[in-house]
Amino acid sequence: MTSVLYDAPGPKAKRRNVLFSVVFFVLLALLLWWVWQTLDDKGQLKWSLWEPFTTSEAWTTYLLPGLADTLKAAALAMVIALPLGAVLGIARMSDHRWVRIPAGAVVEFFRAIPVLLLMLFANEFYVRSTGIPSDERPLYAVVTGLVLYNASVLAEIVRAGILSLPKGQSEAAMAIGLRKSQTMSSILLPQAVTAMLPAIVSQLVVIVKDTALGGVMLGFTELLNTRSTLAANYANVIPSFIVVAVIFIVLNFILTSFASWLEGRLRRSKRSTGAVLGADKVDDVNAAEVGGTYGTGAGGSI
Amino acid sequence: MFDFLSDYDNPTLLGAFWVTVQLTVFSAVGSLIWGTLLAAMRVSPVPLMRGFGTAYVNLVRNIPLTVIIVFTSLGLANIFGVTMGTEELKVRAFRLAVLGLVAYTAAFVCEAIRSGINTVPVGQAEAARAIGLSFSQVLRLVVLPQAFRSVIGPLANVLIALTKNTTVAAAIGVAEAALLMKEMIENEAQTLLIGAVFAFGFVVLTLPTGLFLGWLSKRLAVKR
Repeated sequence: MTSVLYDAPGPKAKRRNVLFSVVFFVLLALLLWWVWQTLDDKGQLKWSLWEPFTTSEAWTTYLLPGLADTLKAAALAMVIALPLGAVLGIARMSDHRWVRIPAGAVVEFFRAIPVLLLMLFANEFYVRSTGIPSDERPLYAVVTGLVLYNASVLAEIVRAGILSLPKGQSEAAMAIGLRKSQTMSSILLPQAVTAMLPAIVSQLVVIVKDTALGGVMLGFTELLNTRSTLAANYANVIPSFIVVAVIFIVLNFILTSFASWLEGRLRRSKRSTGAVLGADKVDDVNAAEVGGTYGTGAGGSI
Repeated sequence: MFDFLSDYDNPTLLGAFWVTVQLTVFSAVGSLIWGTLLAAMRVSPVPLMRGFGTAYVNLVRNIPLTVIIVFTSLGLANIFGVTMGTEELKVRAFRLAVLGLVAYTAAFVCEAIRSGINTVPVGQAEAARAIGLSFSQVLRLVVLPQAFRSVIGPLANVLIALTKNTTVAAAIGVAEAALLMKEMIENEAQTLLIGAVFAFGFVVLTLPTGLFLGWLSKRLAVKR
Protein backbone atom coordinates (compact mmCIF):
# COMPACT_ATOMS: atom_id res chain seq x y z
CA MET A 1 0.00 0.00 0.00
CA THR A 2 2.64 2.49 -0.90
CA SER A 3 1.59 5.78 -2.40
CA VAL A 4 3.34 9.00 -3.24
CA LEU A 5 2.45 10.34 0.20
CA TYR A 6 3.17 7.49 2.60
CA ASP A 7 4.98 4.19 2.75
CA ALA A 8 3.66 0.86 3.98
CA PRO A 9 3.17 1.56 7.72
CA GLY A 10 5.53 0.18 10.33
CA PRO A 11 4.53 -0.49 13.95
CA LYS A 12 4.78 3.16 14.99
CA ALA A 13 2.80 4.43 12.01
CA LYS A 14 0.18 1.77 12.61
CA ARG A 15 -0.28 2.96 16.21
CA ARG A 16 -0.55 6.55 14.99
CA ASN A 17 -3.15 5.58 12.39
CA VAL A 18 -5.25 3.88 15.03
CA LEU A 19 -5.05 7.01 17.19
CA PHE A 20 -6.13 9.21 14.28
CA SER A 21 -8.99 6.83 13.53
CA VAL A 22 -10.24 7.02 17.09
CA VAL A 23 -10.00 10.82 17.30
CA PHE A 24 -11.74 11.23 13.95
CA PHE A 25 -14.44 8.76 14.92
CA VAL A 26 -15.13 10.66 18.14
CA LEU A 27 -15.38 13.99 16.30
CA LEU A 28 -17.70 12.50 13.69
CA ALA A 29 -19.83 10.87 16.37
CA LEU A 30 -20.10 14.18 18.26
CA LEU A 31 -21.28 15.94 15.10
CA LEU A 32 -23.84 13.26 14.34
CA TRP A 33 -24.99 13.30 17.93
CA TRP A 34 -25.51 17.08 17.79
CA VAL A 35 -27.49 16.75 14.54
CA TRP A 36 -29.62 13.97 16.00
CA GLN A 37 -30.26 15.84 19.25
CA THR A 38 -31.25 19.05 17.48
CA LEU A 39 -33.59 17.19 15.17
CA ASP A 40 -35.10 15.43 18.16
CA ASP A 41 -35.53 18.72 20.07
CA LYS A 42 -37.27 20.32 17.14
CA GLY A 43 -39.50 17.30 16.75
CA GLN A 44 -38.19 16.54 13.26
CA LEU A 45 -37.73 12.85 14.06
CA LYS A 46 -41.40 12.26 14.85
CA TRP A 47 -42.73 9.39 12.81
CA SER A 48 -45.70 11.48 11.66
CA LEU A 49 -43.30 13.63 9.60
CA TRP A 50 -41.72 10.64 7.89
CA GLU A 51 -44.88 8.61 7.49
CA PRO A 52 -46.08 10.50 4.38
CA PHE A 53 -43.21 9.00 2.42
CA THR A 54 -44.52 5.52 3.09
CA THR A 55 -47.88 6.41 1.62
CA SER A 56 -48.49 6.67 -2.07
CA GLU A 57 -50.06 10.13 -1.83
CA ALA A 58 -46.81 12.01 -1.15
CA TRP A 59 -45.22 10.30 -4.12
CA THR A 60 -48.02 10.53 -6.65
CA THR A 61 -49.01 14.09 -5.73
CA TYR A 62 -45.63 15.74 -5.15
CA LEU A 63 -42.43 13.81 -5.64
CA LEU A 64 -43.04 11.82 -8.81
CA PRO A 65 -44.59 14.70 -10.81
CA GLY A 66 -41.68 16.87 -9.66
CA LEU A 67 -39.17 14.25 -10.71
CA ALA A 68 -40.99 13.87 -14.03
CA ASP A 69 -40.65 17.62 -14.69
CA THR A 70 -36.98 17.55 -13.72
CA LEU A 71 -36.33 14.69 -16.12
CA LYS A 72 -38.46 16.24 -18.86
CA ALA A 73 -36.55 19.52 -18.75
CA ALA A 74 -33.19 17.72 -18.60
CA ALA A 75 -34.07 15.40 -21.50
CA LEU A 76 -35.43 18.22 -23.68
CA ALA A 77 -32.37 20.37 -22.97
CA MET A 78 -30.04 17.51 -23.85
CA VAL A 79 -31.84 16.55 -27.06
CA ILE A 80 -31.87 20.14 -28.33
CA ALA A 81 -28.41 21.11 -27.07
CA LEU A 82 -26.60 18.13 -28.55
CA PRO A 83 -27.15 18.83 -32.28
CA LEU A 84 -26.77 22.56 -31.65
CA GLY A 85 -23.52 21.93 -29.80
CA ALA A 86 -22.26 19.67 -32.59
CA VAL A 87 -22.97 22.36 -35.18
CA LEU A 88 -21.28 25.07 -33.08
CA GLY A 89 -18.31 22.84 -32.33
CA ILE A 90 -17.76 22.01 -35.98
CA ALA A 91 -18.34 25.63 -37.04
CA ARG A 92 -15.66 26.68 -34.59
CA MET A 93 -13.14 24.53 -36.43
CA SER A 94 -14.14 25.80 -39.86
CA ASP A 95 -11.50 27.02 -42.32
CA HIS A 96 -13.58 30.10 -43.04
CA ARG A 97 -12.95 32.93 -40.71
CA TRP A 98 -16.50 34.32 -41.05
CA VAL A 99 -17.86 31.03 -39.71
CA ARG A 100 -15.18 30.31 -37.14
CA ILE A 101 -15.16 33.67 -35.35
CA PRO A 102 -18.92 34.12 -34.79
CA ALA A 103 -19.25 30.51 -33.63
CA GLY A 104 -16.34 31.01 -31.23
CA ALA A 105 -17.88 34.22 -29.91
CA VAL A 106 -21.25 32.55 -29.32
CA VAL A 107 -19.67 29.61 -27.50
CA GLU A 108 -17.43 31.75 -25.29
CA PHE A 109 -20.25 34.20 -24.53
CA PHE A 110 -22.81 31.66 -23.36
CA ARG A 111 -20.25 29.75 -21.33
CA ALA A 112 -19.24 32.91 -19.47
CA ILE A 113 -22.75 33.71 -18.27
CA PRO A 114 -24.43 32.05 -15.29
CA VAL A 115 -27.19 29.73 -16.43
CA LEU A 116 -29.58 31.43 -13.98
CA LEU A 117 -29.21 34.74 -15.82
CA LEU A 118 -30.01 32.98 -19.10
CA MET A 119 -33.12 31.43 -17.55
CA LEU A 120 -34.34 34.73 -16.06
CA PHE A 121 -33.77 36.47 -19.36
CA ALA A 122 -35.53 33.76 -21.37
CA ASN A 123 -38.48 33.84 -18.99
CA GLU A 124 -38.92 37.59 -19.34
CA PHE A 125 -38.40 37.40 -23.08
CA TYR A 126 -41.20 34.85 -23.38
CA VAL A 127 -43.48 37.03 -21.23
CA ARG A 128 -43.01 40.02 -23.47
CA SER A 129 -42.56 38.66 -26.93
CA THR A 130 -44.45 35.39 -27.20
CA GLY A 131 -47.85 33.98 -26.43
CA ILE A 132 -46.62 30.97 -24.48
CA PRO A 133 -49.20 30.29 -21.74
CA SER A 134 -47.95 31.18 -18.29
CA ASP A 135 -48.15 27.66 -16.89
CA GLU A 136 -45.84 26.33 -19.60
CA ARG A 137 -43.50 29.31 -19.61
CA PRO A 138 -41.20 28.13 -16.78
CA LEU A 139 -40.47 24.90 -18.67
CA TYR A 140 -39.68 26.86 -21.83
CA ALA A 141 -37.46 29.29 -19.92
CA VAL A 142 -35.58 26.56 -18.06
CA VAL A 143 -35.00 24.55 -21.23
CA THR A 144 -33.88 27.65 -23.14
CA GLY A 145 -31.37 28.58 -20.45
CA LEU A 146 -30.06 25.04 -20.23
CA VAL A 147 -29.84 24.67 -24.02
CA LEU A 148 -27.91 27.92 -24.57
CA TYR A 149 -25.43 27.11 -21.84
CA ASN A 150 -24.99 23.40 -22.45
CA ALA A 151 -24.88 23.70 -26.23
CA SER A 152 -21.77 25.85 -25.77
CA VAL A 153 -20.23 23.37 -23.34
CA LEU A 154 -21.09 20.48 -25.66
CA ALA A 155 -19.59 22.43 -28.57
CA GLU A 156 -16.30 22.38 -26.74
CA ILE A 157 -16.70 18.67 -25.97
CA VAL A 158 -17.35 17.96 -29.65
CA ARG A 159 -14.34 20.01 -30.64
CA ALA A 160 -12.18 18.19 -28.10
CA GLY A 161 -13.54 14.86 -29.36
CA ILE A 162 -12.62 15.64 -32.97
CA LEU A 163 -9.20 17.00 -32.01
CA SER A 164 -8.52 13.88 -29.93
CA LEU A 165 -8.67 11.69 -33.05
CA PRO A 166 -5.37 10.68 -34.63
CA LYS A 167 -4.36 12.98 -37.48
CA GLY A 168 -4.01 9.98 -39.80
CA GLN A 169 -7.78 9.60 -39.86
CA SER A 170 -8.37 12.77 -41.84
CA GLU A 171 -5.18 12.32 -43.87
CA ALA A 172 -6.37 8.89 -45.00
CA ALA A 173 -9.78 10.35 -45.82
CA MET A 174 -8.15 13.04 -47.93
CA ALA A 175 -5.93 10.46 -49.61
CA ILE A 176 -8.91 8.46 -50.86
CA GLY A 177 -10.39 11.69 -52.20
CA LEU A 178 -13.15 12.56 -49.71
CA ARG A 179 -14.20 16.17 -49.50
CA LYS A 180 -13.89 18.08 -46.23
CA SER A 181 -17.58 17.77 -45.41
CA GLN A 182 -17.48 14.06 -46.19
CA THR A 183 -14.43 13.58 -43.99
CA MET A 184 -16.21 15.33 -41.16
CA SER A 185 -19.56 13.59 -41.49
CA SER A 186 -18.49 10.04 -42.25
CA ILE A 187 -15.02 9.69 -40.66
CA LEU A 188 -14.44 12.18 -37.87
CA LEU A 189 -17.84 12.88 -36.34
CA PRO A 190 -18.96 9.26 -35.76
CA GLN A 191 -15.67 8.46 -34.02
CA ALA A 192 -15.73 11.69 -32.05
CA VAL A 193 -19.27 11.02 -30.85
CA THR A 194 -18.22 7.59 -29.62
CA ALA A 195 -15.17 9.05 -27.90
CA MET A 196 -17.16 11.72 -26.13
CA LEU A 197 -20.20 9.65 -25.08
CA PRO A 198 -19.00 9.41 -21.45
CA ALA A 199 -18.44 13.17 -21.31
CA ILE A 200 -21.91 13.74 -22.75
CA VAL A 201 -23.54 11.46 -20.17
CA SER A 202 -21.78 13.24 -17.33
CA GLN A 203 -22.89 16.59 -18.71
CA LEU A 204 -26.42 15.27 -18.10
CA VAL A 205 -25.67 15.35 -14.37
CA VAL A 206 -24.96 19.07 -14.64
CA ILE A 207 -28.20 19.62 -16.53
CA VAL A 208 -30.26 17.64 -14.01
CA LYS A 209 -28.77 19.69 -11.18
CA ASP A 210 -29.40 22.99 -12.93
CA THR A 211 -33.11 22.31 -13.41
CA ALA A 212 -33.48 22.98 -9.66
CA LEU A 213 -32.71 26.66 -10.36
CA GLY A 214 -35.93 26.98 -12.31
CA GLY A 215 -37.85 25.59 -9.34
CA VAL A 216 -36.81 28.36 -6.97
CA MET A 217 -36.45 31.34 -9.28
CA LEU A 218 -39.11 30.74 -11.94
CA GLY A 219 -41.68 28.55 -10.24
CA PHE A 220 -40.96 25.60 -12.51
CA THR A 221 -42.65 22.59 -10.87
CA GLU A 222 -39.58 20.39 -10.61
CA LEU A 223 -38.52 18.27 -7.64
CA LEU A 224 -37.20 21.05 -5.39
CA ASN A 225 -40.32 23.11 -6.05
CA THR A 226 -42.78 20.29 -5.31
CA ARG A 227 -40.73 19.60 -2.16
CA SER A 228 -41.76 22.95 -0.74
CA THR A 229 -45.44 22.28 -1.45
CA LEU A 230 -45.02 18.90 0.19
CA ALA A 231 -43.31 20.43 3.23
CA ALA A 232 -46.01 23.08 3.49
CA ASN A 233 -48.59 20.34 3.57
CA TYR A 234 -46.98 17.95 6.07
CA ALA A 235 -44.72 20.46 7.94
CA ASN A 236 -41.73 18.15 7.42
CA VAL A 237 -38.94 20.46 6.26
CA ILE A 238 -35.95 18.27 7.13
CA PRO A 239 -37.43 14.92 6.08
CA SER A 240 -38.55 16.35 2.73
CA PHE A 241 -35.10 17.84 2.08
CA ILE A 242 -33.45 14.53 2.92
CA VAL A 243 -35.76 12.56 0.64
CA VAL A 244 -35.32 15.00 -2.27
CA ALA A 245 -31.53 15.07 -1.82
CA VAL A 246 -31.46 11.27 -1.83
CA ILE A 247 -33.51 11.16 -5.04
CA PHE A 248 -31.08 13.58 -6.73
CA ILE A 249 -28.06 11.65 -5.42
CA VAL A 250 -29.39 8.30 -6.65
CA LEU A 251 -30.36 9.72 -10.04
CA ASN A 252 -27.02 11.44 -10.60
CA PHE A 253 -25.07 8.53 -9.17
CA ILE A 254 -26.68 6.25 -11.76
CA LEU A 255 -25.70 8.69 -14.52
CA THR A 256 -22.12 9.03 -13.21
CA SER A 257 -21.71 5.26 -12.89
CA PHE A 258 -23.13 4.74 -16.36
CA ALA A 259 -20.67 7.29 -17.76
CA SER A 260 -17.66 5.61 -16.21
CA TRP A 261 -18.90 2.14 -17.22
CA LEU A 262 -19.25 3.44 -20.78
CA GLU A 263 -15.79 4.96 -20.63
CA GLY A 264 -14.23 1.69 -19.51
CA ARG A 265 -16.10 -0.22 -22.19
CA LEU A 266 -15.03 2.16 -24.94
CA ARG A 267 -11.42 2.05 -23.80
CA ARG A 268 -11.38 -1.73 -23.98
CA SER A 269 -13.18 -1.93 -27.30
CA LYS A 270 -10.86 -2.99 -30.12
CA ARG A 271 -12.65 -1.06 -32.82
CA SER A 272 -12.17 2.39 -31.37
CA THR A 273 -9.14 4.55 -31.98
CA GLY A 274 -8.43 4.57 -28.28
CA ALA A 275 -9.38 8.21 -27.97
CA VAL A 276 -11.92 8.48 -25.16
CA LEU A 277 -13.04 11.67 -23.49
CA GLY A 278 -13.75 10.59 -19.97
CA ALA A 279 -16.20 12.05 -17.53
CA ASP A 280 -13.50 14.18 -15.93
CA LYS A 281 -12.56 15.54 -19.34
CA VAL A 282 -15.54 17.83 -19.24
CA ASP A 283 -13.55 19.99 -16.85
CA ASP A 284 -10.42 19.94 -18.94
CA VAL A 285 -12.32 20.72 -22.09
CA ASN A 286 -12.73 24.17 -20.70
CA ALA A 287 -9.05 24.59 -20.09
CA ALA A 288 -6.35 25.37 -22.56
CA GLU A 289 -5.42 21.79 -23.40
CA VAL A 290 -7.74 21.58 -26.36
CA GLY A 291 -5.89 24.36 -28.05
CA GLY A 292 -7.05 27.82 -28.77
CA THR A 293 -7.33 30.42 -26.09
CA TYR A 294 -8.21 29.89 -22.48
CA GLY A 295 -11.99 29.98 -22.31
CA THR A 296 -13.74 32.80 -20.54
CA GLY A 297 -16.49 30.60 -19.32
CA ALA A 298 -14.34 27.74 -18.21
CA GLY A 299 -15.47 25.46 -15.45
CA GLY A 300 -18.55 24.46 -17.33
CA SER A 301 -19.14 21.25 -15.53
CA ILE A 302 -20.02 22.14 -11.97
CA MET B 1 -31.19 54.74 -22.60
CA PHE B 2 -29.38 53.69 -19.44
CA ASP B 3 -31.70 55.77 -17.15
CA PHE B 4 -33.04 52.64 -15.50
CA LEU B 5 -29.66 52.03 -13.89
CA SER B 6 -29.91 55.10 -11.68
CA ASP B 7 -33.40 54.15 -10.45
CA TYR B 8 -32.02 51.33 -8.38
CA ASP B 9 -30.08 52.26 -5.27
CA ASN B 10 -30.71 49.37 -2.90
CA PRO B 11 -28.45 47.91 -4.10
CA THR B 12 -27.06 49.76 -7.07
CA LEU B 13 -25.75 47.84 -10.06
CA LEU B 14 -22.19 48.13 -8.83
CA GLY B 15 -23.29 47.32 -5.29
CA ALA B 16 -24.95 44.12 -6.47
CA PHE B 17 -21.86 43.07 -8.38
CA TRP B 18 -19.76 43.95 -5.33
CA VAL B 19 -21.85 41.46 -3.33
CA THR B 20 -21.22 38.90 -6.08
CA VAL B 21 -17.47 39.53 -5.80
CA GLN B 22 -17.59 39.25 -2.01
CA LEU B 23 -19.56 36.01 -2.21
CA THR B 24 -16.98 34.66 -4.65
CA VAL B 25 -13.94 35.66 -2.59
CA PHE B 26 -15.22 34.42 0.76
CA SER B 27 -16.49 31.15 -0.75
CA ALA B 28 -13.25 30.67 -2.69
CA VAL B 29 -11.10 31.03 0.43
CA GLY B 30 -13.43 28.83 2.48
CA SER B 31 -13.72 26.09 -0.13
CA LEU B 32 -9.96 26.11 -0.72
CA ILE B 33 -9.39 25.43 2.98
CA TRP B 34 -12.17 22.86 3.39
CA GLY B 35 -11.38 21.27 0.02
CA THR B 36 -7.69 20.89 0.92
CA LEU B 37 -8.67 19.25 4.22
CA LEU B 38 -11.01 16.90 2.35
CA ALA B 39 -8.26 16.05 -0.14
CA ALA B 40 -5.87 15.38 2.73
CA MET B 41 -8.46 13.02 4.21
CA ARG B 42 -8.99 11.27 0.88
CA VAL B 43 -5.30 10.49 0.45
CA SER B 44 -4.57 9.80 4.13
CA PRO B 45 -3.55 6.32 5.34
CA VAL B 46 -6.47 6.28 7.82
CA PRO B 47 -9.33 4.27 6.25
CA LEU B 48 -12.07 6.03 8.24
CA MET B 49 -10.96 9.47 6.98
CA ARG B 50 -10.67 8.17 3.43
CA GLY B 51 -14.18 6.78 3.68
CA PHE B 52 -15.56 10.05 5.02
CA GLY B 53 -13.83 12.08 2.30
CA THR B 54 -15.06 9.79 -0.47
CA ALA B 55 -18.61 9.75 0.87
CA TYR B 56 -18.69 13.54 1.28
CA VAL B 57 -17.43 14.25 -2.23
CA ASN B 58 -19.72 11.74 -3.92
CA LEU B 59 -22.81 12.82 -2.02
CA VAL B 60 -22.34 16.58 -2.21
CA ARG B 61 -21.32 16.61 -5.88
CA ASN B 62 -24.58 14.95 -6.86
CA ILE B 63 -26.90 17.30 -4.96
CA PRO B 64 -27.90 20.44 -6.87
CA LEU B 65 -26.30 23.58 -5.41
CA THR B 66 -29.76 25.14 -5.33
CA VAL B 67 -30.98 22.41 -2.97
CA ILE B 68 -27.97 23.01 -0.69
CA ILE B 69 -28.41 26.79 -0.62
CA VAL B 70 -32.16 26.61 0.00
CA PHE B 71 -31.47 24.04 2.72
CA THR B 72 -29.04 26.37 4.52
CA SER B 73 -31.85 28.88 4.82
CA LEU B 74 -34.87 26.66 5.54
CA GLY B 75 -33.12 23.81 7.30
CA LEU B 76 -29.93 25.03 8.94
CA ALA B 77 -31.12 28.47 9.98
CA ASN B 78 -34.76 27.77 10.82
CA ILE B 79 -34.53 24.27 12.29
CA PHE B 80 -30.95 23.88 13.50
CA GLY B 81 -30.73 27.48 14.64
CA VAL B 82 -27.46 28.10 12.80
CA THR B 83 -27.66 31.88 12.67
CA MET B 84 -24.02 32.48 11.69
CA GLY B 85 -23.59 34.90 14.59
CA THR B 86 -26.14 37.45 13.50
CA GLU B 87 -29.87 38.01 13.71
CA GLU B 88 -29.93 40.50 10.87
CA LEU B 89 -31.63 38.65 8.02
CA LYS B 90 -29.63 40.16 5.16
CA VAL B 91 -26.24 39.42 6.73
CA ARG B 92 -27.41 35.99 7.78
CA ALA B 93 -28.55 35.15 4.24
CA PHE B 94 -25.17 36.24 2.89
CA ARG B 95 -23.25 34.11 5.38
CA LEU B 96 -25.52 31.11 4.87
CA ALA B 97 -24.99 31.42 1.12
CA VAL B 98 -21.22 31.42 1.66
CA LEU B 99 -21.60 28.33 3.86
CA GLY B 100 -23.60 26.52 1.17
CA LEU B 101 -21.20 27.56 -1.60
CA VAL B 102 -18.21 26.39 0.46
CA ALA B 103 -19.83 23.04 1.26
CA TYR B 104 -20.56 22.46 -2.44
CA THR B 105 -17.43 23.89 -4.07
CA ALA B 106 -15.07 22.14 -1.63
CA ALA B 107 -16.04 18.80 -3.16
CA PHE B 108 -14.74 20.00 -6.54
CA VAL B 109 -11.64 21.62 -5.03
CA CYS B 110 -10.92 18.32 -3.28
CA GLU B 111 -11.11 16.39 -6.54
CA ALA B 112 -8.85 18.90 -8.29
CA ILE B 113 -6.19 18.76 -5.58
CA ARG B 114 -6.37 14.99 -5.36
CA SER B 115 -5.82 14.69 -9.09
CA GLY B 116 -2.80 16.98 -8.66
CA ILE B 117 -1.29 14.72 -6.04
CA ASN B 118 -1.92 11.78 -8.36
CA THR B 119 0.12 13.41 -11.14
CA VAL B 120 3.33 13.14 -9.08
CA PRO B 121 5.03 9.85 -10.03
CA VAL B 122 5.37 7.44 -7.09
CA GLY B 123 9.04 6.94 -8.05
CA GLN B 124 9.84 10.49 -6.97
CA ALA B 125 8.56 9.91 -3.45
CA GLU B 126 10.40 6.62 -3.32
CA ALA B 127 13.61 8.34 -4.40
CA ALA B 128 13.03 11.08 -1.83
CA ARG B 129 12.56 8.51 0.92
CA ALA B 130 15.62 6.64 -0.29
CA ILE B 131 17.86 9.68 0.22
CA GLY B 132 16.49 9.91 3.75
CA LEU B 133 13.93 12.73 3.56
CA SER B 134 11.29 12.60 6.28
CA PHE B 135 7.57 12.51 5.51
CA SER B 136 7.13 16.26 6.00
CA GLN B 137 10.16 16.95 3.80
CA VAL B 138 8.84 14.67 1.05
CA LEU B 139 5.53 16.46 1.24
CA ARG B 140 6.97 19.97 1.46
CA LEU B 141 9.85 19.71 -0.99
CA VAL B 142 8.81 17.12 -3.53
CA VAL B 143 5.10 16.34 -3.71
CA LEU B 144 3.12 19.47 -2.88
CA PRO B 145 5.06 21.95 -5.06
CA GLN B 146 4.49 19.77 -8.11
CA ALA B 147 0.91 18.96 -7.13
CA PHE B 148 -0.09 22.60 -6.69
CA ARG B 149 1.52 23.69 -9.93
CA SER B 150 -0.38 21.07 -11.87
CA VAL B 151 -3.78 21.94 -10.39
CA ILE B 152 -3.85 25.67 -11.11
CA GLY B 153 -5.78 25.01 -14.33
CA PRO B 154 -8.49 22.82 -12.75
CA LEU B 155 -8.73 25.13 -9.72
CA ALA B 156 -9.18 28.10 -12.08
CA ASN B 157 -12.11 26.24 -13.64
CA VAL B 158 -13.60 25.70 -10.20
CA LEU B 159 -13.13 29.37 -9.32
CA ILE B 160 -14.84 30.57 -12.49
CA ALA B 161 -17.69 28.11 -12.00
CA LEU B 162 -17.96 29.39 -8.43
CA THR B 163 -18.24 32.98 -9.67
CA LYS B 164 -21.16 31.94 -11.85
CA ASN B 165 -22.64 29.75 -9.10
CA THR B 166 -22.87 32.69 -6.67
CA THR B 167 -26.00 33.70 -8.61
CA VAL B 168 -27.77 30.80 -6.90
CA ALA B 169 -27.59 32.83 -3.67
CA ALA B 170 -30.45 34.86 -5.18
CA ALA B 171 -32.64 31.87 -4.25
CA ILE B 172 -32.41 32.83 -0.56
CA GLY B 173 -32.62 36.56 -1.15
CA VAL B 174 -28.98 37.65 -1.14
CA ALA B 175 -28.96 40.98 -2.97
CA GLU B 176 -26.40 40.06 -5.63
CA ALA B 177 -26.34 40.52 -9.38
CA ALA B 178 -28.87 37.84 -10.38
CA LEU B 179 -31.49 39.09 -7.91
CA LEU B 180 -31.08 42.67 -9.09
CA MET B 181 -31.36 41.53 -12.70
CA LYS B 182 -34.57 39.65 -11.88
CA GLU B 183 -35.99 42.78 -10.28
CA MET B 184 -34.91 45.13 -13.07
CA ILE B 185 -36.02 42.86 -15.85
CA GLU B 186 -39.49 42.56 -14.36
CA ASN B 187 -39.93 46.32 -13.90
CA GLU B 188 -38.24 47.81 -16.92
CA ALA B 189 -39.00 47.57 -20.59
CA GLN B 190 -35.45 47.13 -21.90
CA THR B 191 -35.14 43.37 -21.34
CA LEU B 192 -32.39 42.94 -23.90
CA LEU B 193 -30.32 45.86 -22.66
CA ILE B 194 -30.52 44.78 -19.02
CA GLY B 195 -29.59 41.24 -19.98
CA ALA B 196 -26.60 42.57 -21.91
CA VAL B 197 -25.45 44.75 -18.98
CA PHE B 198 -25.48 41.83 -16.54
CA ALA B 199 -23.93 39.42 -19.05
CA PHE B 200 -21.16 41.97 -19.60
CA GLY B 201 -20.66 42.19 -15.83
CA PHE B 202 -20.03 38.46 -15.58
CA VAL B 203 -17.75 38.44 -18.60
CA VAL B 204 -15.73 41.20 -16.90
CA LEU B 205 -15.50 39.09 -13.74
CA THR B 206 -14.60 35.79 -15.35
CA LEU B 207 -12.54 36.76 -18.40
CA PRO B 208 -9.50 38.29 -16.62
CA THR B 209 -9.52 35.51 -14.00
CA GLY B 210 -9.59 32.85 -16.71
CA LEU B 211 -6.91 34.52 -18.82
CA PHE B 212 -4.59 35.19 -15.88
CA LEU B 213 -4.89 31.75 -14.26
CA GLY B 214 -4.70 30.06 -17.67
CA TRP B 215 -1.48 31.90 -18.39
CA LEU B 216 -0.19 31.05 -14.91
CA SER B 217 -1.04 27.35 -15.19
CA LYS B 218 0.75 27.11 -18.55
CA ARG B 219 3.77 28.94 -17.17
CA LEU B 220 4.03 26.88 -14.02
CA ALA B 221 3.06 23.50 -15.47
CA VAL B 222 5.53 20.76 -14.62
CA LYS B 223 6.90 19.51 -17.92
CA ARG B 224 7.16 15.76 -17.88
